[in-house]
Amino acid sequence: MGQWLIMLARRIIPCLDVRAGQVVKGVRFRDHRVVGDILELAARYRDDGADELVFYDITASPEGRSVDRSWVARVARVLDIPFCVAGGIRSVADAEAILNAGAEKISVNSPALENPSLIDALARRFGSQCVVVGIDSETSPGGYQVHQYTGDPNRARDSGRPTLAWLNEVQDRGAGEIVLNCMASDGVRRGYDLEQLALMRAACRVPIVASGGAGAASHFIDVFKAAQVDAALAASVFHSGAIVIRELKTALRAAGVEIRP
Amino acid sequence: MRQPQAANSAGHVVVVDSGGANLASLGYALERLGVTARVTTDANVISSAERVLLPGVGNAVAIMQRLEERALIPIIRALTAPVLGICLGMQLMFEHSAEGNTTGLGLLPGRIERMPAAAGRPVPHMGWNTLQRKRDDPLLHRLTDEDWFYFVHGYYAPATVNSVIATVEYGEQYAAVVRHKNFCGVQFHPERSGKSGARLLANFMALAN
Repeated sequence: MGQWLIMLARRIIPCLDVRAGQVVKGVRFRDHRVVGDILELAARYRDDGADELVFYDITASPEGRSVDRSWVARVARVLDIPFCVAGGIRSVADAEAILNAGAEKISVNSPALENPSLIDALARRFGSQCVVVGIDSETSPGGYQVHQYTGDPNRARDSGRPTLAWLNEVQDRGAGEIVLNCMASDGVRRGYDLEQLALMRAACRVPIVASGGAGAASHFIDVFKAAQVDAALAASVFHSGAIVIRELKTALRAAGVEIRP
Repeated sequence: MRQPQAANSAGHVVVVDSGGANLASLGYALERLGVTARVTTDANVISSAERVLLPGVGNAVAIMQRLEERALIPIIRALTAPVLGICLGMQLMFEHSAEGNTTGLGLLPGRIERMPAAAGRPVPHMGWNTLQRKRDDPLLHRLTDEDWFYFVHGYYAPATVNSVIATVEYGEQYAAVVRHKNFCGVQFHPERSGKSGARLLANFMALAN
C-alpha cells in the first residue's frame, strides 16, 4: 500500500451545507445557523488551497421538494477547482440539471437507499466518475449501520442496511466515489473514526472520502496515515477559522502526506 | 489550406457540444481567460473555427454516436486549426476505446484501455497529480513538475503512444498530454485545475495555426 498513491495528492474538501443560498452549519445535523454567503465562501476556500468543494443542500432531500439551484451556475463561474453537489437528487434529470450548470459530480444518499437502481442509471448516463454516494454510518451494538434521512431529526432512522453491505452494493452499481460520514464522531471534533474508515477503505475499490469529526490538523494526518483514505472532508473547523487550509497543508506535507500545495 | 478570408471572418473558438456534462465549466474557464466560446454541433461553425475544443464526460459510446448522428466525424478529422480533446474527448481522438468497444476518431494512433483497480489504487483515478514531461511542446509552456492537474478517469491512453508529450503516474505511467500536428489532448480537466489548468488552456489558445 502507499506506493501506488505516492504521486496522487490526498484531497482536502470543505463541505458547505447550503440552505436558501446561504451556508449553514449545525452540530450533529441540528440547530443550523448561517455561517456565510455561498459565493464568498467558495472563493475563499478556492484561494486558500481547497482541492475540491462539496455543497450539500440540507433541506432538499427530507422534504421531498425541488429546490432553487441557480447558485450552482454562479459557483461554477467563480471556481477553478472541482465541486460536487449533494442533497435532493432523485432522478437522472435532477442530476443532469446540476451537471449541466457546471458541477463535476453529484452525490446521492437517501434517494439511493429508497431506490438503489438510481445509482446504476446515473452511472450509465454520466459515467461513474460523476456519481458519488454519501453514506451516513452509525455505530451500533450490532455493527455499523446505514442511517437514512439524517438531514431531518424527525425522520432520521436506521435504514436496516449494514454499512459494509451497502458499500459493496453501491460500488457494484457504479458509484465512482464514496463519502463515508461516521455519525458517532460527526460534529464533536475529536477526530475521524479511524477504525471504521480503515475497515471501509480496505473494502472499497473506488476513492473514499472521510467525513465527521475533524477538529485539529493532527486528525487529518491520522486519517490519511492510519485509514489511507483518499480525501478528508470537514465543515465547521474550516468555517470557524479554527483550521486554515494553507496551514493544514503545510502540516500535512511536514508529516509526509502527499498534498497539492 | 486555410483560406485567409475564412480566418478573418471566423476567428471564433468552438466547444463541440459532445453531449457530455462539463460544457459549462469549460465555457467558464475560457471566459476567465477572456475567450468567448460557441458551444455547437454546427459543422460549418466547427470547420471555420480558429480553435476547437472537444470535451467529453460520460460514455465513449454515447459521445461517438452523437458525433456520428450529427455527421461530425469527417468534419473533425478534416480540421487543420488546433483542436484540444479533454478527458474522454482526448480518448476519443485515438483509434479505439475499450469503453464499450468503441471505434474512435482515429486522429492519433493507439488504443484506450481500462484501468484495473488494485490494492492501494482505487479506480477511477480521481484527484490532483503532477506531470512528467517527455518532450517539449508549446502546450506546456511555463508549466513545470510543480504544477498540479485534476484527473478523473477510469480508462487511459498508454504512456507508450507515440503522440505522448507528458505522462502522469498513478501506479503506472499513463499519457496525460498528447499531440500530433494540430490535434492535442489532455487526460486531466484544465477547466478545473486551478491556475495550472488556466495556463494550459492559455497555451492552447496561443498555439500557432
